[in-house]
Parts: sequence; structure tokens; C-alpha cells
Amino acid sequence: MPTSLSLVDRMQEKAVLAAAVVSKVASMDEAIAYVADVCANKEACQILASGCAEPLSDTAEELCRTKQQKIVCAPDMPEDVVAKLAALCEERGIAVITKGMRKRLGGIDIALTMAAAGIAETGTIVVRSTDEEVRLATMVAETHIAVLPAGAVVADSYDLEDRMAEWMAGPDYTAFITGPSRTADIERVLALGVHGPLELHLLILEGN
Amino acid sequence: MQDAANLKDYRKQLREALENEFQRQALDKFAVAYRTSRSNAFAGIDAPELIAEIAAAKDAAVDHLPELFEEFKRHAEAAGTKVHWAATAHDANEIIGAIAKENGVRTVVKSKSMTAEEIHLNDHLEGQGLEVTETDLGEWIIQLRHEGPSHMVMPAIHLSRYQVADLFTEVTHKQQDVDIQKLVKVARRELRPKYCQADMGISGANFAIAATGSIGIITNEGNARLTTTLPRVHVALAGIDKLAPTLHEALRIIKCLPKNATGQAITSYVTWITGAVPAASAKDGKKVHHVVFLDNGRMAMARDPEFKQVLRCIRCGACANVCPIYRLVGGHKYGHVYIGAIGLVATYFFHGREKARNLVQNCLNCGACKAVCAAGIDLPTLIKEIHARIQDEEGHPLYSKAVGQVLKNRTLFHTMLKSARLAQKPVTGGTPFLRHLPMFLFKDHDFRALPAIADTAFRERWEKIRPRVDKADVKVALFSGCVQDFVYPEQMEAAVAVIASRPGVAMDYPMGQSCCGLPLMMLGEKKAAKELAAHNMNAIDAQGFDYIVTLCASCASYLKHGYKRLFKDDPAMAFKAAQFTDRVIDFSSFVHDVLGMADESFAGPAKDVTYHAPCHLCRGLGVTEAPRALLRDAGLNYLPAAEEDVCCGFGGSFSVKFPELSKELLRKKIDNLKATGATAMATDCPGCIMQIRGGFEHDGTTFEVRHVAEYLAERLKRK
Repeated sequence: MPTSLSLVDRMQEKAVLAAAVVSKVASMDEAIAYVADVCANKEACQILASGCAEPLSDTAEELCRTKQQKIVCAPDMPEDVVAKLAALCEERGIAVITKGMRKRLGGIDIALTMAAAGIAETGTIVVRSTDEEVRLATMVAETHIAVLPAGAVVADSYDLEDRMAEWMAGPDYTAFITGPSRTADIERVLALGVHGPLELHLLILEGN
Repeated sequence: MQDAANLKDYRKQLREALENEFQRQALDKFAVAYRTSRSNAFAGIDAPELIAEIAAAKDAAVDHLPELFEEFKRHAEAAGTKVHWAATAHDANEIIGAIAKENGVRTVVKSKSMTAEEIHLNDHLEGQGLEVTETDLGEWIIQLRHEGPSHMVMPAIHLSRYQVADLFTEVTHKQQDVDIQKLVKVARRELRPKYCQADMGISGANFAIAATGSIGIITNEGNARLTTTLPRVHVALAGIDKLAPTLHEALRIIKCLPKNATGQAITSYVTWITGAVPAASAKDGKKVHHVVFLDNGRMAMARDPEFKQVLRCIRCGACANVCPIYRLVGGHKYGHVYIGAIGLVATYFFHGREKARNLVQNCLNCGACKAVCAAGIDLPTLIKEIHARIQDEEGHPLYSKAVGQVLKNRTLFHTMLKSARLAQKPVTGGTPFLRHLPMFLFKDHDFRALPAIADTAFRERWEKIRPRVDKADVKVALFSGCVQDFVYPEQMEAAVAVIASRPGVAMDYPMGQSCCGLPLMMLGEKKAAKELAAHNMNAIDAQGFDYIVTLCASCASYLKHGYKRLFKDDPAMAFKAAQFTDRVIDFSSFVHDVLGMADESFAGPAKDVTYHAPCHLCRGLGVTEAPRALLRDAGLNYLPAAEEDVCCGFGGSFSVKFPELSKELLRKKIDNLKATGATAMATDCPGCIMQIRGGFEHDGTTFEVRHVAEYLAERLKRK
């Protein structure tokens, strides 16, 4: 018998349609392990995917050389999460940072953030990024991994109106993010990862 | 950018654009794909309701722009943003230039902004010695090529991967591959250092929320987020029409815009910025943040009852996506800075008469733009209105004035038609087409055979054929339009036979009727058109009839919607016009919906027939089912053609003014009709019949092209 999809399932379905990679996790620990695994399993020189292998002008090529070690950045995440993540990453030779994004504009591997809300209708996550480190992390990283608490998923953007209006009462920078960065500006052929992340992973955190 | 000095030069530019094979194929492919992706994107959403909601919200905001500005300013300044009002393009450039100067800015990155294109901001800043880099991929490409955008949402849609690869080779001094994925990565890496170095970021804004002083930006690439984050200064430039009272209105627009623009459910990013946010690059750790609102004619537009609806535009670009002319010639020739139907209108207000004069004539009035508009703007009417205004301001061309004089005088017009009937004798060669024409008169018009004027006009046949009805339940006035009266009277005769097969329907053909007046509107002769409308309303006393039936889709749509509009400022005439227009109905709807004729009325062997949906029937009147149902009921095997509702290229005087474009549209139409496998076509408009039949005749293809009424008449069951 056909049943209507739950909000979370709909969120997942729509996010996948927008080319996001979606998984469900039962705990933050699971999410942390996921991040470390994705980073460890990335190709040794994943940055190639962002264009460093292409014939570049001398200035652009210089920027490519600034990156040496695999890096996960986790700005604005709870301290215990960062500590666990750092421990897990260290044994794999991955650095974990929480700030200093401006020094890493050549590219970092992974940004880990918390989403404030999810919009099921379009598979969109809402990331509050008034903190400049969050803003930059989610733009400069090749892969953005966002943890979305299942309870934060709403049916559509209209449901967020009141909350957003509150956020906007003072200086604020909020982003709706749906899938990875994309363009179709050349011959309308879809290409993922233009200025922002090449991949968006969504970890839907179930339970409390 | 269209910059022709006169219509002749403009036509030359159009011919050149027609020769751009890559562009035409690209736009063709997009037009077809767009239709499907748009309808998929709107699946499960009540699009007309959403569009009505957006239109109402925009209208309400447009009436309060100064108050909304004050409210925005209050909230934004409380959050650390400096807010400016620029009356003109010049002022906006000066304000932004001054911000750059006082902040010691040397380099600028920009995310996409049509408003910045409108004011030619880059030229101004570069003139000030600044280095400006566009960061949207399409915008960067056209900036490097020193061109303007050719589409509102896809600025570089006119370029091929080969052209982009060559361009990037030149820019990077390294040989580039033509692989699109690789070219995108090259752009990513090449632009990254630009963001890092830039002192100032300039963005547009899709919304400005008065209640909170926030701006909203819609992008797919994410460049707006980098542009507004990395540099220490951020300036947002927005048309004053982007002001909305609250987030509520903006969320509705977001639900519609990406779907209508490209068939995307939502863009990858929607960025909401309120106030001066933390920025490590700024002196005190806070972004230097400015929002500049541009008037540049918008406030005048907001006060213009006819044109204020233009400010509803949310810049989705859909009007270009569906425009058959845009599809042929591309945005550089179908716009000045703003493109497509909205561009034709906006150009007049933002860039002046000089730039708009040729453009506004290049509209078929097919209504495709109006049907797709995310804010329900009546674009075709506004385009004609601007054409009329320009002529009022500059003086009417002789030929157009002359046509006005002739058409508004019924006796003179009909006498001329009768004389033409005699004069054409040597050139028809006894066929229903004009032949042996001195071709130097018709150099560019040789793409279709033109019909001859009939030996006996319908008005001369009427007394003989009029059915006598003793007891009438329904009284009908027939409105023939000029073409069916003088060129195709047999279509009228067929209609009379079909209607007469139902007992109790009394028909009259009021002799005083004349041309409906649409051709005059197409020529921008609004005053003469109004006189002609009054003439017809006097000739046909609406109160004496239940219905005014016409077989011409264009007449029907114009009588129904145009007459009311013409007299909206004249209460007495408006009342009369309402009585008149309420009775107007097209032939197919009358026969199918009112008379209720169905399969029991018809007989005859099965026959394959395809259909062409006239613009003024399917979009002008929203009639799509009645003619098709009638064809099926009459026992015909209806074979749908591809792009059935795309214009055949006739457009009345359009095909005379722009024969090259008309010819191309006709060619597409004929190819689509042939592809059905049928060798007969029905339609509901004598203008379309003239165009399509003439095209087949010129082509030398045997293909029967007739009015729905004719197919029905020959299949009527004899009693």
C-alpha cells in the first residue's frame, strides 16, 4: 500500500535528486567516523578534481601549491566533537582545524558543519554562517559534510519564515544550500563544483 | 547588444544572427528541453495560483516603494549597513565609485547583477582605474569577450565550448581542452585568486526585505557567497523594485523563480545577508557593507498605471525561453541589455527610445511570454503600447498612418479591396494565389504564395445563403474579419452551414462591420484602432444578440480582450465594450461548448489530419480542447504535431516587416506538420491558413490546409 513519505525520507529523496550524497547516522560518533573515512578514502590528490591538474595560468597554479596535507575543518562545532574527530583523524595523518580559513584558500578537503534546518520539499539545508569561518569552510572545501538533525526537517521553506525573521533581526548570514555548487553556463552542460564544494554529503542524524 | 540606427540596419543584424548556426541550434535545443523541465518542476504545484500570489505581492509593494525604502534603510543601518538611493545610472556609478575610493579599493570581484549591466558599472569602475572581475562563469566569459549577456539567466548561452576553450587558452597562456568539465575547473582555479586578492565585492540582490534590512541572492555557482565574504567591502546593487515588505513575499518568489527560469526546483544557493557581518579582512573585524538602490526610471514606471506591472518582473528570463523570435536570433539582437519580451519593454524605460525603437517592432504578439511569465505581466500588450508611444512621440511613419486612415474608413477600405480584385486578374493566372508578381516588389517576401482576393466577398454572398429561422432560441451575429470576408469567404460559408444544421439558431451578418482593428494595434496606430473599435460596436448592436461568433482566432481574442482595454478610461464606452466583448466567442467553442455538437452530427470516412493551434486561440482565449474534440467527433484521425502551439510566423504585419524571421518560423511549422505523416491540417485562424497554405504552395508540397469549419461542414450528416 502506498504511504506518504515521511519528511525525512522526502528530504533524502529530494537532496539526492540535487546530487547530494545522503546517509542516515544514529549518533554524532557515527558522523565523526564518516567524516574521517571520507577524508581518508579521498584520492591522495583529490584537489586535482578542483582543477589543479588542468593547464592553469601561473598565478592560479601558485595557489594550487599552497596545499600540502589533508585537512578537515570543523568550525563552530562543539569542542567534544572536534576533539573526537581530531583523535580519529590524527592516526590517519589528517589535520583538523577550526579556524584560520583565510590561510587555506588554496583548498581544503572537508568542511564539517551543523545544519540549522532542512527543507524537505527541495532537499535544502539551512546553514547559519554568520561566523566567517563557517561561511568560508562551506565554500572553500572540496567536500562539504553537513549533519542535519532529523527533527530539524520541515516540509517547506514557508515553515521557516518566522525563525528566519528572528535570525535576521541583527547582523546575519544564512544560506540555503541544495546539493553541490553547479553551473550549466557552457552549452547548458551540467558541471558540479564551480566556486563552491564539488560534493555535498548530508548526514541525517536520527534520534536525539 | 542591439544598436542599429534604423529598421533597415536592424534587419541586416537579424539576418546575420540567423546565420549563426550554433546559436540557433543551441537555442532550439534549449527551447524544447525547457518546456519539459519547467512542467516537471511545477508538478504538484498550483503554478497559476503561485503566479497570481507573486503578482499581487509585487503590485502591493510597487505602490509603496519609498516607504519600503525608508523601512529597509532603518533596519539595515541599525545592523551596520549604509543604504543609498541612486536616482540615475550615473548616480549609482558615482556612489559605488566613491565607496571604492574612500576604502582604498584597487580590485573588485563581482557576482552576477543585471542591474550592474544596466548601468554599465564595470566601464565606470575601470575608468576609475580599478580592476573588475566577473565571477559567475557565464559573466566572466562574456566579460573576457567584451560582450553583454545574451540571456538573463544564462549569459553565455550563445557560445560553444570551442569558443570558450579558445578564450581560456588566450587568458591562461596554456592550451586548453574543449572538455566542458575541464573548462569549468580551469575557471574555478583561475577565479579563486581573484577573490583572495579583491578589496571589494559587488553583488546584485534578488530581494531586499524591508522588515529586516536583509538582501537575498540566488545563485547556482556559489560565487555570490565568496564575493560577499572574502573582500573587506561589500556593495549590493538592487533595483528599487526589489524591495519586498517581508521574507514572506521573497519565499514565494524563490518557489517560482528557479522553476520558471531553468526548470530547477531551487538553485544550489540562496544567500541571506543582514547588516555588517564579521569579516576578518576588515579593519575592525566587520564588513564595510553598502546597499545601493537604483531608480533609473523605475519610480516613474511605478506611477504609470499601464506600465507599473513591469516592476513585477523577477528576472527569471522565461519570456526569452519561450519566444520564437529570441530562439531564432538570440539575445544580442533581441534586447539591448535586458533580453526577451521584458527586455523590449525595459529598454524603452531604462535605456531610452533610441535603443527601443527597432526592438519593439520585432514582436509577433504570439503571447507565449505572457503565458509563461512568473508574475503575470501582459508583455505583448505592453510591447505594442510602447510601439504606439514611440510613434506618438516621434511621429507616425507615413505607411502606418495611411493604413490607419484606410482601415478606419470602412467604405474606402472595402472599395479598395474590390478594386484590388480587378487589378489582380493579370497576376493570379486563374489560381487562388497571386502569381507572376513583379518580384522586385517582393524581394524578401517570396517565401510563401499570397492568396488572391475572392471573386465574390462573403458580404456579397450573404443575402443568398442566409438561413431563414422562424423560431429562434439563440441569436448569433457573425463577425467575419477582413480575410474571411474578402479572401476566404468559403470558410464563412462552411461555418454558416455547420451552425444552421442546429435548429433554432438565427444568424445575422451585420453589413456595417469592418476590420477588427488588430492590424492597427500591431502598427502602433492606437488612435485609429480605437475609432475602428467604436465603429464595429456601433455596426453590431450587441444587445440584439446572444453571441458574436468569429472564425478568426486573432479577431476573437482582440475583440474579447482588446476592446475593453481601449475604452477602460471612458466609462460609457467601457460599459458598451463590456456588453460587446462578453458575447464574443470563437467558432470552435461556440459549436462544441454552446451548440454541443458531437459525433452524432457528423459522418464520413476516416482521414488523417493534423492541427495548428493559433496563438490567439490557445493562449489569447485559452481554447485548446474544443477544436481538437470537434475534429475527432467529425471522424477525423487527429495526429498531434510537435510544437503545435508555436507561432507559424504570420503575426499580421509582422511578416511584412520581418520577412526573414517569418520565413524561418514558417519553415519550422511546415517541417513539424509534415513529420506527423498527415497531408491535411486544420486550424482556427485565416491568417495562419494564409501563411501555412502559402508556405506549402511555395514549397510545392500537396498539403490541404483548411479551417476547422470546412472540415466540419463537409462531414455534416445530411438530413
